[in-house]
Amino acid sequence: MEGRLDVRKTYKLFIGGAFPRSESGRTFAVADAKGRFMANASLASRKDARDAVTAARGAQSRWWDATAYNRGQILYRIAEMLEGRRAQFEDEIERAEGVSARRAGAQVDASIDRWVWYAGWSDKIAQVLGSTNPVAGPYFNFSVPEPTGVVAAVAPQRPSLLGLVSVVAPIIVSGNSCVVIASAECPLPAITLAEVLATSDLPGGVVNILTGAPAEIGPWLASHADVNALDLTGIVDDGVATEMAVAAADTIKRVLPPSASAPDWSADPGLGRIMSFVETTTVWHPQGV
Amino acid sequence: MTFDYAPAPESRAVVDIAPHYGLFIDGDFVESIDGTTFKTINPATEEVLTEVTEAGAADVERAVKAARTAYKQTWSKMPGRERAKYLYRIARIIQERSRELAVLETLDNGKPIRESRDVDIPLVAAHFFYHAGWADKIAYAGYGDKPYGVAGQISPWNFPLLMLAWKVAPALACGNTVVLKPAETTPLTALAFADICRQADLPPGVVNILTGAGQTGRLIVESPGIDKVAFTGSTEVGRQIQRAVAGTRKGLTLELGGKAANIVFDDAPIDEAIEGIVNGIFFNQGHVCCAGSRLLVQESVQDEVLDALKRRLATLRLGDPMDKNTDIGAINSPEQRARIDDLVKSGEGEGADRWSAPCALPDRGWWYPPTVFTGVTQAHRIAREEIFGPVLSVLTFRTPDEAVEKANNTPFGLSAGIWTDKGSRILWMASRLRAGVIWANTFNRFDPASPFGGYKESGFGREGGRQGLAAYVKQEVV
Repeated sequence: MEGRLDVRKTYKLFIGGAFPRSESGRTFAVADAKGRFMANASLASRKDARDAVTAARGAQSRWWDATAYNRGQILYRIAEMLEGRRAQFEDEIERAEGVSARRAGAQVDASIDRWVWYAGWSDKIAQVLGSTNPVAGPYFNFSVPEPTGVVAAVAPQRPSLLGLVSVVAPIIVSGNSCVVIASAECPLPAITLAEVLATSDLPGGVVNILTGAPAEIGPWLASHADVNALDLTGIVDDGVATEMAVAAADTIKRVLPPSASAPDWSADPGLGRIMSFVETTTVWHPQGV
Repeated sequence: MTFDYAPAPESRAVVDIAPHYGLFIDGDFVESIDGTTFKTINPATEEVLTEVTEAGAADVERAVKAARTAYKQTWSKMPGRERAKYLYRIARIIQERSRELAVLETLDNGKPIRESRDVDIPLVAAHFFYHAGWADKIAYAGYGDKPYGVAGQISPWNFPLLMLAWKVAPALACGNTVVLKPAETTPLTALAFADICRQADLPPGVVNILTGAGQTGRLIVESPGIDKVAFTGSTEVGRQIQRAVAGTRKGLTLELGGKAANIVFDDAPIDEAIEGIVNGIFFNQGHVCCAGSRLLVQESVQDEVLDALKRRLATLRLGDPMDKNTDIGAINSPEQRARIDDLVKSGEGEGADRWSAPCALPDRGWWYPPTVFTGVTQAHRIAREEIFGPVLSVLTFRTPDEAVEKANNTPFGLSAGIWTDKGSRILWMASRLRAGVIWANTFNRFDPASPFGGYKESGFGREGGRQGLAAYVKQEVV
């Protein structure tokens, strides 16, 4: 291939299933672990965040309307697409995070497996979290978990791909849509993941990915009245986390605070993240003839 | 032909109200260190019932410390099966003293004795009985079995003892100790509950009751010794609490306001629906966060429903809450009466048509006649804001889609009602309504096994059922 100039990719945002540049026209230079220029990523603005929330709101009811079986298949499809692009992700993670090829590969493996794990949850959440309730009266009473709605999330800085997948998958598996701010240090795998999402039959707008400064865009999402919940996993600054949690109180958003200790992303995720973004609806119906 | 009712008052000889109450801390009634006193009043007669204590900062500190010590030394070390037995004891004593508690509740709150006797107090006992059984089975619920430690709890005035039970029973079952503040205007049954804890020989410090107003509540929420905050009350105070807790590692559950839609389709059993509408908004004078305060009626049956509703409302009996035939009791406080009045005036001012049931109001006390607004639009304040009184706003719809759209067009999401003969429509609606509790062909049913709580600005977390235990078990999210 000597003598041939490679064709580089333009890294943009992922909003409503499309890949727009930031409306602000801003970009930021992304360097690899050794400080060499990799790409100019879009620096998302407040307007981009709002557009992403609008897209997420529009997509949410349709996503929740899909059967759990269908959602599970789409999450599994994401794993399939990711598997097919393994080499590209390994390369991007290796360069961006400065880790060995082996560790980059292990992160991609874990990310694929995480999609598969959550895919299987889609039609089991209601069975594990729901119930029929033996009330003292002639009523049939049952409780079902339903999605909270639109969730705004901040993905951890590292691991850039596994962290993002670990945050996004439990949000959408139950029928929520999300706006996620990707790792600011290593944003490129996130945008490449968007290409995977865009080709997995995931309805546009269910996942919206912003690249940029979490401390800049995060507070706008935290105070946005059409956001129902906040996942602060990737916020490292306690002051910013508190500021966002305070803003969230204006509309009584559900808030998942940053982990108290550095999370072990390779551990079994458990149900905690799924449970953080579902509501329980309880239905009473009379019994009788 | 009209029926006259002879007065049928419940006897108040069954209660013995002391002239003054201190605070219940570490198993004893003690005098305040730095608090003041205030009076609690019977809203039906304006009679001063007694003087209670407004706990100060030093009192809160003492109570939190007692709860911490009891948690460390006693309650967290006790096997679940023993905690269970204490809760069973409490349930039994509540049953034994149920008439006294019902009378006390009605005197302090103004709700009809029929409701405190037949709804509130039986549910209180049931709630302790249900959670007693969980105490040695928490690990089976699926949320882990690690309690938070000390829970700070603030309960409202509309169902004083029932809301205390919703907070205290699961907290103790899961192994927490509590500091609870009952509402300012209705402290008496919480103080009676303190005495019940003593009769049950509950270890000192496991339950601490601090009477007071907003400032006492704030001190509890902000105390560094509190691990978990649970609040039932207005959305505005809920916001302040969520802000105060932000950035701390305290757990938080909120059960806030509502503006529930009660949706009546043209195929509904109209007579049953009328009873459901009446129960939905006029139960407990409409002082119910999950009240069906917005009636959404399908256009084709609008006239039939409204005529039947007005006929039914004209038969409701408003008056002495202690009378066993009373349907509508007193408004809990003059402040609440003023709030209702303000919103009703806004409804008139914004052009909705007001109708109030023709009934005489007693000379003393605070009252409000059952009121219905028609010609209400979604923009009216009476369709958007929680009134927390016996005022119903009627809107109409044509299609199920429109009903869902209008029902969800509110920042709240606590409850909803659906009246239709069609089962498939109920389930279709139920999955689209953004509300935590949905009553189909019934309304305002409660049970300790049934989770209760809201979406959106109606708060988060559930009370009751297996799901309600999650509020009192500390979970780490990976």
